[in-house]
Amino acid sequence: MRRIINWHPSRAGAFMLGAVPFILLIVLYLIFSDLRLAANPNDKLLPAPGRIWDTIVRLAMVEDRRSGAILLWRDTGASLMRLFIGLAAATLAGLCVGIATGLIPYMRSTFGPLIAIVSMVPPMAVLPILFIVLGLGEVAKIVLIIIGVAPFLMRDLAIRVSELPRAQLVKAQTLAASSWQIVLRVVLPQIMPRLIDGVRLSLGPAWLFLIAAEAIAATEGLGYRIFLVRRYLAMDVILPYVVWITLLAFAMDYLLRLLKRIICPWASDGASRR
Amino acid sequence: MSAVTIRNVAKLYDGVPVLRDINIAVDAGEFCTVVGASGCGKSTFLRMLLSEERPSSGEIRIDGEPVAPEPGPDRGVVYQRYSVFPHLTVLQNVMLGPGFLRAPFMARLFGAKARALRKEAMQYLDAVGLAAVCDQYPAALSGGMQQRLAIAQALIMRPKLLLLDEPFGALDPGTRKDMHELLRRLWRDSGMTVFMVTHDLQEGFSLGTRVLVFDKPPLSDASAARGATITYDLQLKRRPSADAIWGPAHFKEIQENVQG
Repeated sequence: MRRIINWHPSRAGAFMLGAVPFILLIVLYLIFSDLRLAANPNDKLLPAPGRIWDTIVRLAMVEDRRSGAILLWRDTGASLMRLFIGLAAATLAGLCVGIATGLIPYMRSTFGPLIAIVSMVPPMAVLPILFIVLGLGEVAKIVLIIIGVAPFLMRDLAIRVSELPRAQLVKAQTLAASSWQIVLRVVLPQIMPRLIDGVRLSLGPAWLFLIAAEAIAATEGLGYRIFLVRRYLAMDVILPYVVWITLLAFAMDYLLRLLKRIICPWASDGASRR
Repeated sequence: MSAVTIRNVAKLYDGVPVLRDINIAVDAGEFCTVVGASGCGKSTFLRMLLSEERPSSGEIRIDGEPVAPEPGPDRGVVYQRYSVFPHLTVLQNVMLGPGFLRAPFMARLFGAKARALRKEAMQYLDAVGLAAVCDQYPAALSGGMQQRLAIAQALIMRPKLLLLDEPFGALDPGTRKDMHELLRRLWRDSGMTVFMVTHDLQEGFSLGTRVLVFDKPPLSDASAARGATITYDLQLKRRPSADAIWGPAHFKEIQENVQG
């Protein structure tokens, strides 16, 4: 009898195995939805697939009577805009501060302790301050994402930069590189994979802060909608929205992974070819 | 004038002496090998030549001028590891240094200048036998090939001094022999001054025109606590070859001193 750690599924087998839990979850939902609806046709907790589909069609294809917009797309557009601006700003800040503190001793001494402390501040605890100072508009929500994500990226990248072999930096100097040139051609390309991975890991927190901010004060957005219809127990809206958000997050993660493979070919293929 | 003059150099770490009384004058075009047991400060010596570290006292001059306080293109280096950049192809690795020199802001050349540099870089890759793999990433190369690349990358800068820190220490014996031949040829063709640290005595004697033996005095000696110094400075009269130049007896004596 071979050990269990030596049993490998085939490629097709692995795909099927991966699909099993999803199918199981759907089947379980259908069973329990059916049971509840049999007992009470007006039950709102586990709506029937047909009802969910009707709601999806209404949200994604029919204009809202009051606002004249198609709600799902307007919500998606508003949320993604906030998310992208927030993540882009956080990434840029993480990159600049991470490289500066990781590479330049004076910068590390000056800003290292500050970043270490600030990154421990729970961003949600700062949200009221943001709303008070920045108002209830878009800026406060975007800044919450930045505060939530940037310190992690800064520290992550600073660590990666300081982990570059000292010999590499000396070598670059013997090739006549200035500090700027070292940043541009030695440090930046080598922390790119880590930056992309850092942003991928930050997607979860970024969505969390986005939805939290939208739940509290917004007039549109995916998080806003979910918390709005919560009052009516509208699970037929909430469930598709949650699935949609998950799909969006998954797609962003996938695209980032793709991006990493394209711009850092040496980090994936080249390194493992050996 | 000597290419490298070192006068009364000593190095202390946290007050503990590592090197002391280093006094040598090396002529341009000499191939100095630096041998000695581990922990005798030979790598520290090289790092000081590179300005990666500064002497605690004494002075190092290159072509009569005090050595620059930080590493620069006048002194090339090849380490045992981490000498090439993993994110650049073989060709890009060699083109890197001239790109730094000729394009201060972008750090790389474009158009006709880039083509000219590519041609120049290919000549260096030809010289070390890597022209065929110029588009590969270093991770796809063997250890010996990576060291060839590191040498080409350093040579294209035409440094006055080439510093090698156990460059072949991680290679298998066959590859190592090939590398010796390559290095000897490149040194002859370029006329550079070379310092090479090695823990392999045979390698030190077969490659160098001059062997610097670093050693600590025996513990019974009163000066034992004062750090290592150059105990033998052997000027090898003739062109270096793979044969032993010194009599076996002498070689054995040094071997015992160094490794004992």
